[in-house]
Formats: sequence, C-alpha cells, structure tokens
Amino acid sequence: MSARKINPLSKIAGWLVVFYLAGPIIIVIGTSVSDTPFLAFPPQGFTLKWYHKVFELNNFVESFITSMEVAFGGTMIALIAGLAAAYALSRYKVRLPAWYGSIFFLPFFIPEIVFGFSMLKTLIVQFDLPILPSLMLGHAILCLPYIVRVIGASLAGFDFSIQEAAVSLGMHPVKAFWSIVLPNIRSGVIAGAVLAFITSLNDMAVALFLTGPGVSTLPIEVFTYVQQFFDPTVSAVSVLLMAVTIGVMALIERSLGLSKTIK
Amino acid sequence: MAQNAVILQDLVAHYGPTQVLHGLNLTIAEGELVSLLGSSGCGKTTTLRLLAGFLQPTSGQITVAGKDVTKLPPHKRDAGIVFQNYALFPHLTVAENVGFGLKQRKVAAPERKARVDAMLERVGLVDYANRLPAALSGGQRQRVALARALAINPPLLMFDEPLSNLDAKLRVDMRVEIRELQKANGRTAIYVTHDQEEAFSISDRVAIMNAGRIVQLDTPEVLYRRPNSAFVARFVGFDNLIEMKVVKREGDLVTAEVEGGALITLSQAETGPLEDRFVVGARPEGIELTADPSNAIAGKLLTRSYLGRSYQYKVDTPTGMLIANAPLTQLHEEGGAINLKFNFEHCCILPVEEN
Repeated sequence: MSARKINPLSKIAGWLVVFYLAGPIIIVIGTSVSDTPFLAFPPQGFTLKWYHKVFELNNFVESFITSMEVAFGGTMIALIAGLAAAYALSRYKVRLPAWYGSIFFLPFFIPEIVFGFSMLKTLIVQFDLPILPSLMLGHAILCLPYIVRVIGASLAGFDFSIQEAAVSLGMHPVKAFWSIVLPNIRSGVIAGAVLAFITSLNDMAVALFLTGPGVSTLPIEVFTYVQQFFDPTVSAVSVLLMAVTIGVMALIERSLGLSKTIK
Repeated sequence: MAQNAVILQDLVAHYGPTQVLHGLNLTIAEGELVSLLGSSGCGKTTTLRLLAGFLQPTSGQITVAGKDVTKLPPHKRDAGIVFQNYALFPHLTVAENVGFGLKQRKVAAPERKARVDAMLERVGLVDYANRLPAALSGGQRQRVALARALAINPPLLMFDEPLSNLDAKLRVDMRVEIRELQKANGRTAIYVTHDQEEAFSISDRVAIMNAGRIVQLDTPEVLYRRPNSAFVARFVGFDNLIEMKVVKREGDLVTAEVEGGALITLSQAETGPLEDRFVVGARPEGIELTADPSNAIAGKLLTRSYLGRSYQYKVDTPTGMLIANAPLTQLHEEGGAINLKFNFEHCCILPVEEN
C-alpha cells in the first residue's frame, strides 16, 4: 500500500462531487419508504406500501412494458442502421464527403422538444403510423448518434485488411463482416446499444409528442402522476426503474465485461 | 516451357475520376517471382488489388492459371495474400488463422489439422499453434501470415509490402525466408514494394512503375546496369544524368560535348552504339576526381561528406550539380577547382527524353 498524501482540499472537493451525484438518489430512496402521504426526507417511519401501490396502478405497469418494448425496438433499429452507417463511414472515409458523418449527429444539435414535434408532424400526422412503431422510430433516430459515435470509435482503429484477408481466403464479404469484423468490435456494439437503450428509457420530450391515447411510456406516466398526486409512489417507481437499470448493467457486466467496454 | 501463370492485359483503373493505371501489361511465368517496384502512388498496390479482386478495372483483362478472372469476386479467386500489416484475425489462434482458408473450402477437420500442422512446421511455429496473434513478435506474425496464405495452395501468392513493418535485420532474414518458401513450393508470386534492394534481392524479374505504367520490366541485373530511361536510372542509383552531343566520330571513338563546352571521348566498344545526342547516367562511384583537365568536366568542389568507405563530393559544374565518390586516400578541400572524369564501367547510356 502506498501512503500517498492527498491534499485535504481535493479530498473535500471529491466528497462534494460524490455527495452531489449520490445525493438525489439517496433522497429518492429515502422518500420512497417514508410512511407519509407526501414526499418527506428524511423519511418518517418505514413502509413498503408505496411499492405495493406501484404494482396496483395499471398505468405504471403497462407503461413500463411499453417503455421496455420501445427501448428494445428503438435500440434494435438504431443498431442496425447505426452499425451500417458507422461501418461505411470508417471504411469509405476517403471516398465520402466530410459532412457525411455529421448528418448522424444532427439529433444531438436539434432541441429535443423541436425534434419531438417534428417527429409528430412526420410520423403521426404525415404517415399516420400507429403509436408504438412511431415511438420506436422516433427513439431510434434519437439514439442513432450514440450508436454511430461509439461503434465509430471502435472502428476507428480497426484494420479492414483483416476483412479482406478473410475474403481472399474464400469467405463471402457479408459473412466476413459477421464473423470477422463484428467479433472484433463487439464491445463497441454492446456499449452503443446500452447507451441507446438507456437514452430511450429516459426520454421524455420525444415521447411527449408521440404517445397518445392508451399508449404511454413510463416517464410520461410518472410526469402525469406527479401533476396530480404528490405521494411517494413516484419515488418508489424511480427506485424500481433504477434497480432495473442497475440489474441490466450488472448482467451485461457479468457476461460481457462492460467496464472494459465503456472505458 | 514455362507456362504463363498470370497475364495482365491493358489494365486501366480509376479511383473516382482519377486514372491510376494507364494500360498495364504484365506476364508472369509459372513459378516466377515478379516485383512491382515504385514510389507511393505509382499504381503498384492498385495492380495488386485488381489481381486480388478488391478493385474492378475500368477495362482490360486478368488471367490467372489460364482462367479469365477479371469479373470474379475476390472470395472466389483463391488469392494467397500476405498483407502489409499481416492482417491476422486477432480473435483466432495461430492454428485457426492458418486453417481459415481450408475451413472456408470445407476441408474436413482431421485433414485440415494435418495440413495446418505441416504449414506451421514449415514456418517453425509449431509451439505457437494455440496462441493468439497478439502474443507473437513481428517476425512470427509475418510467418503466420505467410503460412495462412500458403495453406490454401493458391495459384498465385501476392505480397503487399510484407516487410515494411519489420526492423532492418529481420527484414533481410524474412525476405530470404519468403524467397526460399516460394521457390520450394514452386509458387508463382507477385511482390509489391517500394524498397529497391528488397525487390532486387528477392525477384526473378522486377517491374519498375511510375505514374500508372510499367517503365521497365527486367531481371535485377539488367535493370541495375542498363536502365532504359532517366526515371529507372535515378531509381537504381545513377544519380548524375549528363546530356551530351556528338561533335566528332572517328571509327569507334566518339567525341561529345557537354553543356559548358567540355569535350569527352567515349569508346563505342565500351558503351555500345551512340546516337547523336544521348545522356550519360553515372553513379557517384562512376565519376573520378582528378587534376588532369583533359577528357573531363571542370567544376568547383562544394561539400564533402564522409560515407565510411569513401568521401562523397558535391561538385558544381556548368552542366549542373554532380555527385562523385572518391576513395578515402584522396582528400580534396571544399571550395577548390577540380576535374571530373567518367569511369564508364559505372555508367549507363540513356536516350534523350524530350519534354
């Protein structure tokens, strides 16, 4: 063990950052078990009845399922499109005009509320798509920049001559992509997908425009609920959502080593 | 009679609007190793990629082992390619890398293993069969790449600057090894490099390329002594190119004038028949420094640099800057006047190029 001296000031700064990051989470967890009909921190008493209430409210359960479907579908669409785009961008860098890559980052620059509105105008008003596919498509576009960026980063140092080597040894180019290129950028693909999934799960602005009668995502339901009630059910939902996210992350970490990936 | 293994006919290729090959013709005999030599952008790599099928020619025809492969996609060409950066599959072991082509050809596992083992034996990597490429040194990776290309018994082996990532000593060892393997297997091979020494040492014939054309194709010996153009001459070390005009012919002897008025007498017995105007290409060791002004070009010594085996002098003359090597025993001072005489043993005669 090295006894390196740490400046007391940076120690304080460090703890402040930790507190700032973890504070809201602790408060949410605290309020979710408070035995009061309103949000209270520090919690007064201890109860799990708000968690029971979450599962009793159909809106939360249903919108949670919708959120998962949308996040899964949106991520899949974005993954297929983003993988193809990232591949083309790094492979044919020289032949493509420079602005080409920037197109995929447009969703970053457009305010989400504007983006959501334009999605409403195109997907629902113009093409008259049902709500669920609209949400998936909207989120796919919202997530595309993350996927293109992260996969693009892992393709940046990629030596495409190994794909050519595989082809020259008799493998079909498409198969060579799946069995030679993909295994070597696997971590980037997973990281991109995880980011996209979380982005979709958290999105509020786009979903606000695209959800409609009967179909809603969890953030929208939480938002609607808070406007009418002020009991700790919302905190309970939030804690459950965090638990799901952490669970997914842990699962991926265990099976694929996410910490190696996102570094 | 040796059969022609590879025939490239009138190949024209473009990258977008840029034409990179201007009608390239090349024939390689069975079992022969031909190098494509040239600086970057000369079209040598393009030629290789056309042969491998990664690029399509705008026009022209490619024949390998008697078969027209011009339109054949790359995965059907049986090309054994050794890439510049080895291009080993990083997630596969050495044995899996070597057996990759055999697996694509659906060779049954037991036979595949036997052939992979034989290949590894031949390149001396039996003990490394189960390692990943990342755990190998540069030279070992190169051997795996070579074994992988040879394993599929390709009608044509292709090398794309295979040694440029290795250090100098290893480069020399590996090129000997490549040559031995190629010869032992009787493989036809095409070898792309920008390194003249490498090309000359490894090849049966060398094609020197410039701006999308083969400028000269011949054995290293002929290229080294009898280049056909100023470009090739410079490439093989004739640093001095001096234009001369015949002023007098007397039997075998020709007297020619150099820009600035100096008169040089040449013997056609030594140089071959001479046109009325010609260019003398001289290596630095083909020019002697002397005090005697007859049959010589007068000049002024500018700089002297030490080369180990000799001194190199830069000499300013009326026909331009010339470079001459002189033995260590012969020390001349910078700034002095000197005369330059040709030693035609280290010179070549070139046609005058109009431009």
